[in-house]
Amino acid sequence: MANADCIIIQGSNMAECHPVGYQWVAEAKARGAKVIHIDPRFTRTSAVSDKHIPIRAGSDVVLLGALINYVITNDLWFKEYVGAYTNAATLVHDDYRDAEDLGGLFSGFDPEKGAYDSSSWSYAEEEGGTIGEPSGPEHGADAGARAAGDLFGSGGPALEHAEVQRDDTLQDPRTVFQIVKRHYARYTPEMVENMCGIKAADFEYLARAITENSGRERTTCFAYAVGWTQHSLGAQFIRAAAILQLLLGNVGRPGSGIMALRGHASIQGSTDIPTLFNLLPGYLPMPSAGRHDTLQEYLDANASKQQKGFWADADAYTISLLKAWWGDAATAENNWAFDYLPRLTGAHGTYETVMSMLRDEVEGYFLLGQNPAVGSAHGRMQRLGMSHLKWLVVRDLNMIESATWWKDGPEIESGELRTEDIETEVFFLPAATHVEKAGSFTQTQRLLQWRHQAVAPPGECQSELQFFYELGQRIRAKLAGSDDDRDRPLLDLTWDYPTDEHGDPDPEAVLAEINGRHLDGPDAGKPLSTYTEMRADGSTSGGCWIYTGVYADGVNHAANRKPGREQGPAAPEWGWAWPANRRILYNRASADPSGKPWSERKKYIWWDEEQRRWVGDDVPDFPVDLAPGSKPDPALGGPAALSGDDPFIMQADGKGWLFAPKGLVDGPLPTHYEAQESPVANGLYPQQQSPARLVFPRKDNLSAPSAGTRGADVYPFVFTTYRLTEHHTAGGMSRWLPYLSELQPEMFCEVSPELAAERGLEPYGWATIISPRSAIEAKVLVTDRMRPLAVGGHTVHQIGLPYHWGVGNNAVVSGDAANDLLGVTLDPNVQIQESKVASCDIRPGRRPRGEELLALVAEYQARAGVTIETGNRAITDPEAEGIAPGPSGDASAGDGPQT
Amino acid sequence: MGQLSGPTDPTADAHWEHNHPRKGFFTDTSICIGCKACEVACKEWNHNPQDGNLELLGSSYDNTGSLGASTWRHVAFIEQGQERIAEARESGRALVSLGMPRIGPPAAPDLAEADTTPPDTADFRWLMSSDVCKHCTHAGCLDVCPTGALFRTEFGTVVVQDDVCNGCGTCVAGCPFGVIERRSNGTIKVATSREDQHDNHPAVPNVGIAQKCTLCYDRLVDDQTPACAKACPTTSIKFGDHDDMVETARERVANLHAQGMTEARLYGANENDGVGGIGSVFLLLDEPEVYGLPPDPRVPTADLPRMYQRAGLAVAGMAAAAALAFLGGRA
Repeated sequence: MANADCIIIQGSNMAECHPVGYQWVAEAKARGAKVIHIDPRFTRTSAVSDKHIPIRAGSDVVLLGALINYVITNDLWFKEYVGAYTNAATLVHDDYRDAEDLGGLFSGFDPEKGAYDSSSWSYAEEEGGTIGEPSGPEHGADAGARAAGDLFGSGGPALEHAEVQRDDTLQDPRTVFQIVKRHYARYTPEMVENMCGIKAADFEYLARAITENSGRERTTCFAYAVGWTQHSLGAQFIRAAAILQLLLGNVGRPGSGIMALRGHASIQGSTDIPTLFNLLPGYLPMPSAGRHDTLQEYLDANASKQQKGFWADADAYTISLLKAWWGDAATAENNWAFDYLPRLTGAHGTYETVMSMLRDEVEGYFLLGQNPAVGSAHGRMQRLGMSHLKWLVVRDLNMIESATWWKDGPEIESGELRTEDIETEVFFLPAATHVEKAGSFTQTQRLLQWRHQAVAPPGECQSELQFFYELGQRIRAKLAGSDDDRDRPLLDLTWDYPTDEHGDPDPEAVLAEINGRHLDGPDAGKPLSTYTEMRADGSTSGGCWIYTGVYADGVNHAANRKPGREQGPAAPEWGWAWPANRRILYNRASADPSGKPWSERKKYIWWDEEQRRWVGDDVPDFPVDLAPGSKPDPALGGPAALSGDDPFIMQADGKGWLFAPKGLVDGPLPTHYEAQESPVANGLYPQQQSPARLVFPRKDNLSAPSAGTRGADVYPFVFTTYRLTEHHTAGGMSRWLPYLSELQPEMFCEVSPELAAERGLEPYGWATIISPRSAIEAKVLVTDRMRPLAVGGHTVHQIGLPYHWGVGNNAVVSGDAANDLLGVTLDPNVQIQESKVASCDIRPGRRPRGEELLALVAEYQARAGVTIETGNRAITDPEAEGIAPGPSGDASAGDGPQT
Repeated sequence: MGQLSGPTDPTADAHWEHNHPRKGFFTDTSICIGCKACEVACKEWNHNPQDGNLELLGSSYDNTGSLGASTWRHVAFIEQGQERIAEARESGRALVSLGMPRIGPPAAPDLAEADTTPPDTADFRWLMSSDVCKHCTHAGCLDVCPTGALFRTEFGTVVVQDDVCNGCGTCVAGCPFGVIERRSNGTIKVATSREDQHDNHPAVPNVGIAQKCTLCYDRLVDDQTPACAKACPTTSIKFGDHDDMVETARERVANLHAQGMTEARLYGANENDGVGGIGSVFLLLDEPEVYGLPPDPRVPTADLPRMYQRAGLAVAGMAAAAALAFLGGRA
């Protein structure tokens, strides 16, 4: 980021929530970069930016689409880059119909399942067919249930093969370029003014800043965080930025890209080596029953040997993983113990799990460094869910609200729960802090940095590593001697780590296992140097293919600490970045198609004709000796099929995708839909909300009516939730610390002077905020940093709510939890909740206590006339959208997920 | 006693027989992100008690309020509208035109040539500034301390010796910035280890004793950066040799002026001011009062020579009058 000429921070409050990473923005600014912050609120990030542009929460696709339109209409796109490196010239199949033609729907919508069949979005094949997925199509409803979008953390979706049809003149209406151009033609500055509340002059300023700082000589970088992801179409917000950046040539170059700012020290690490229900390490999918019943089916579905690039070798990554986990017990005869892996039978994300708890389908629950009673959407559902458990284990630094809800939670106060009736047995186990254990953090830039232990944990506190190691040992001891097949996966696990005098396993031994080693031949036992050494024949092991190389030559490269000033611009000897210690992904794109740097100023990786190899400041992200002009035999697959101008080596066709023929379940192009709850009608299409969003029509999960429907004025204001620098998420690491608590002691809401005047809110007095789920109280901060926006002819007021506080008696500071106001509606690609925009009302004074609180919430619900059907129709206007009217698409009663 | 006012090297003035350069801060408020890491790092390193009352203060994101016995770094948050921004820009421009007092080059830049297009969001701003003890060249607290508890260190900084201070409080009135304070017993000791975390009511250290920033004297003697500067993620708080800090600060102001930010100005870099210049210089984006800083700080002892001179004159005059009267009477 320090190399960027312009930085757009949107969907993130970077200076407040990522203050350490913000040093690079500060450095870029000191070197003359322009920094623009686009956010509903004027925050500490806005304060140190060149310009703040207020935006209506949830309208980002309109703005980004208008920027795409601006770039195309004014002919400002980077032609050589786009033509060679993106799929702009690729032809899409004839059957494809755009949202422009179907009132906001794409072709293939299945109203019965509320999901898309994406086959009509495919690339065209020579003989009139389509390039499908290697193991046949998967319905959007099934892909959504396994949050298949999460798989693309390290590579793109699979294709049968990469023999695409192209029109390099970009004139064919079926080319991706023409489709994109047409799709965004109505995303205009006027639309931005009407939908986002951004003035035309501000849009012009933004568009000029971005385009004047893009091209051969200059680069623009985007940074986002959960302000983009936590929406019912969050993945599409990011896709929209990706299209813009590809059109401007801002991917794979210094100071370019889209920075996904991760919220905690190792959240990147916990998706790489996942704590998610649907992933195995390195973004391999968790097998699904029916789709991945055998190893062969699984491997075929993950990647075709006929597609381009390194994802074609996913079989080697999978089998090396199985060898790392089950060692000698994983053999060719038992398909490398593939059947030891559990199979998904549906959606098992965190929210589905909580709903399963309410149905008494879940007996026990481990909470490790997570405080869902405060930090997850719909806190009441979370707490009531936990009250149905038989046992609950909370491992944390402090006695967090998720461990105490049974005695002092909001439902005890309201009378919904009585402590003596709750049968859940709660175990609190104290955890070691990050300074009391060693290990690695993987941060935003995919950089692994080793953390050494400073002091031993006090008392009974243990590291996670030690806890799980001991738990595994105890379970295995209990199962020892069992001849039940179902115990084999546990008994055959490699579970043999050296421990220190306190019984804590050596984390370097775990890192070595993750890195992988040669199992056969002269190098047997030696660590692998790079993932390309992995084989599908069982001769290598490795716990996470993208991390291979971190322990090359038996050295812990994550612990490298050579200061930046003592090395080159990419600082390769500070920590270790996956994959292969590469600091900028797809960096082949930093050179032109002939291999020369686009400009001296933005020189990074280039082709050295004398050495016949790619050289430069970083590890080239390309086969190092593949010459720029190479055109391999089209019959080849995998890395050998890459052309000299295919920089996107993890994409099945080697190109950056402007249009996504596969991989997304809610549309191949980002399209503006309103949030689940919105006081504004969609000005672009008859379709109000994302048709493929995951909704949960339940009595305990009611939604506010959207604009134009009865009762919308009962919850007239938009609220958005966020963090403050002084606290850590749900407060487990900050509300127990006096030094942090005294800096932000009380829950507050931020409102504009106009809204305060309209509702009679007193500065620093109390206010009650009511949603269809709950009501909370907060102190009032009246500030010009919140601005009412003129949108579609009326004023939209936005209310800011930090979500750090929770109700309990153990912390230094406590307060009502903002997340109690939220409902559960999910993005179908990745199953993330929509928590950055929802509807509410606000009024002065404290909230009622006890049963009166429930009565207040019910009174609002009745006044708005909300039912479980409110806001939960998949199709807004069947007639306008070419869908036969009928009961399908309407929500039906019951508490199962409905899409 | 050394010199009481005007430019001087406080270390030499205090008769340290070495050539340690004077150390100090340069706090560049134009790049402060208000994260308060300085406040926390300071309290952590110095084991200072919690002194907030755990209620919103009613001052934007500032819940600390001011410097005090237990708060040695304080981040102020100031929200301003268009009008005030224009005034700040104008008052800054006036300062430059008048010619700010300076120690030699670089001379005040000629703003006629500069691009004075205002920065882009001009209708609203949120100022953040981390305040700290000024470690004055002529320190009022030190000069009035009757017990010798306050002393000038070899780094030119001013430090309280807890075990010498008797809590008389003279220094509190002596500080023109309102920095030093006696620690009350209304504060709460914070556990310094995880074992202590749940102990009830541990004793607060140094109750009744005057307390303030030591510029991390205990870190300086080990050649370490003070905790606040070390923790600052954007280098808004810089630490180093005082002369270098002043030089860096001047360059930064010139740079901002060239960008049209005429509101930028230095605070405490003028060694002819009422405290002989300060060890912790600041770059401000508005007038000092806006940040709660005195516009023209003056150490009370600066006037001592003149006062003594006057008193001496008065004594002499009275003596002369008395003598005259006596002599006259005889006559």
